[in-house]
Amino acid sequence: MSETVNATAPAAPAKPKRPKPKSMIMLGEQSAALMENARLAKERGEMVGWSTSIFPQEIAESLGLNILYPENFSAGIAARKQADPYLQMCEGPLEYNNDLCSYAKINLAYAEAMHEGGTMAMPDFLCVTNNICNQVTKWFENLSKTLNIPLFMIDTCYNYEDYVTESRVKYVRGQIEKYIKDLCEYTGKTWDEKRFQEVMEISAENKDLWIEANEMLAHKPSPMNGFDLFNYMSCMVCNRGKTSTTAILKQLISEINEHLKNGTSTYPVEEKYRVFWDGIACWPYLSHNLRTLKQYGINMVASGYVKAWALDYETNDLDGMAKAYSYCPANNNNMSTFIQRRAEALIQFQCDGMIYHVNRSCKVMDCQQIEAQRQIEAITGVPYTTFDGDQSDYRNYSEAQFETRIQGLVEVMKARKEAKENG
Amino acid sequence: MFTLGIDIGSASSDAVILEDGTHIVSKAVFPLGAGTAGPQQAYETVLGAAGLVPEDIGAAVATGYGRMNCPYAKEQLSELSCHAKGIHFLLPNVRTIIDIGGQDAKALRIGPQGQLMNFVMNDKCAAGTGRFLEVMARVLDLPIEELGPVSERSTHPVSISNTCTVFAESEVISQMSSHAAIEDIAAGIHRSVAKRVAGMALRIGKEPDVAMSGGVALNIGVVHAMEEELETPVQVHPYCQLAGAIGAAVVAWENLQKKG
Repeated sequence: MSETVNATAPAAPAKPKRPKPKSMIMLGEQSAALMENARLAKERGEMVGWSTSIFPQEIAESLGLNILYPENFSAGIAARKQADPYLQMCEGPLEYNNDLCSYAKINLAYAEAMHEGGTMAMPDFLCVTNNICNQVTKWFENLSKTLNIPLFMIDTCYNYEDYVTESRVKYVRGQIEKYIKDLCEYTGKTWDEKRFQEVMEISAENKDLWIEANEMLAHKPSPMNGFDLFNYMSCMVCNRGKTSTTAILKQLISEINEHLKNGTSTYPVEEKYRVFWDGIACWPYLSHNLRTLKQYGINMVASGYVKAWALDYETNDLDGMAKAYSYCPANNNNMSTFIQRRAEALIQFQCDGMIYHVNRSCKVMDCQQIEAQRQIEAITGVPYTTFDGDQSDYRNYSEAQFETRIQGLVEVMKARKEAKENG
Repeated sequence: MFTLGIDIGSASSDAVILEDGTHIVSKAVFPLGAGTAGPQQAYETVLGAAGLVPEDIGAAVATGYGRMNCPYAKEQLSELSCHAKGIHFLLPNVRTIIDIGGQDAKALRIGPQGQLMNFVMNDKCAAGTGRFLEVMARVLDLPIEELGPVSERSTHPVSISNTCTVFAESEVISQMSSHAAIEDIAAGIHRSVAKRVAGMALRIGKEPDVAMSGGVALNIGVVHAMEEELETPVQVHPYCQLAGAIGAAVVAWENLQKKG
């Protein structure tokens, strides 16, 4: 008797979802606690601040103040594909320009018109450092004016040299000292040098752990899917000075070690190619990016973005802190520093290719990328491709273009590998 | 052994059948792209012209924008590699290819066996693409295929400075209002496209020989403007529009050989 197919047979049971690793659960709890603690602080009548992502968090943390991070909040909204009403509000009734950074657009809409019932408590003061870009200055100035709250600013300079000059270190240190005084005065908090030292020590440990976790991806094949680090990054952006981050990163490292020991990986398919991702994540299309890369066995093992929060300085060294915040891998460094950091990473992480996110929101970085692409390929011989996208404006991305460019990069990487193998 | 290559672009569907990876048995070009009846028509036409049925095809490879929605092609390859292979099949000495498609433009560097070694593509913008030329032809009230020959009569090409299609369209209308000659406007449009795309070829290094592929290569005005911009001769094969489909058929053949 021939076999027949029963058209009404039940579908195969859905593949069970892989359980979340403990570190990821801890990360989720930490993110929820950040928002909840700020909300409770407001209820108690305490002041809450909003800050740019690479601001000296150590000071507010030492004072026990709750600080929230609009960039991270906007990224979350975009990743959950909820950005549209905020973008429409910002470009429509609020009359902001479409060319603005989309993190700013989402946040301005939230702050000025859409925060009722939102999870991010509204601020009583603002902290801005322009080491990541200059648009944040105007964004936060607008918030300050609209919400009628003070803005504490630390102005870092563009590093024309491959290092931070002494005069610039002094300039930024002077501002940090003034910020400590001003913030205490505004919030009525008392400065505690011992607590400050403690927070710096925690931050330094977290920095070391973050670097360690990142560098474990240099193993070939990588024990981890590089896109996971885009998620873990939030503990360094929003909770860099907290022991909860120490616990998360230690747990993460132990999980990665376990993968190394067992020869397993969170990257779900065979790792055929290793690439460096340049630029901010394309949050609205993160799953499409990952799915496309996975289709060809491409693992993103290194990124210029996630390590931006590994701020390296000695505890109690305010000059070192000033220097670290002036020299983080952001947008205020010259071309040779930009190139050197990436060329070194391509070698360290044994990358076969490089993907540049031409991010409509981050025009300063885009401008540098064009020349950087040429020079980095000339130095390393590693091929690259670029794609147009946006960190959180879903309208500036084409799935088909991304797919074609990635497939093209795979074909180039394959041809070069074969050419190398054949002498 | 017959292999089939199909290039499902945004503006057209092109198909080719090769015998033993060496000679073209049949070819078809339909001016309808992905999401239309074009791909199926191209497939049926190319089989019919060769007197073959689907079972005669040893392997099929799809390329182009619509490559993922082609049920009879077990393999999909980007148009980058297919144009590389296709031009190598037609013009073996070429090492640099400029391909201007319906919605993108690209410069490719290829190896001696036609393998893709490097590429640069346009950003998310219609400037310097076939679509840009279609818009301009419509404004000039010329059939797209006449844009090239008309521009060849130009003596004083106008300057079209905007790289944005929408703004360039306004610029062309403004030139028409100023009574600039149609042939001079057409030549200006071609220069504008060539300037934008030549930059990509210069970026990856214009190793000779240089060729153009894709449907826009049939526009003699763009080819001449490109030669001026690159200061080098640009080869165009009569089958340039079929380069992607030919490349796909070549890859299908190569894969069969590898499998033995």
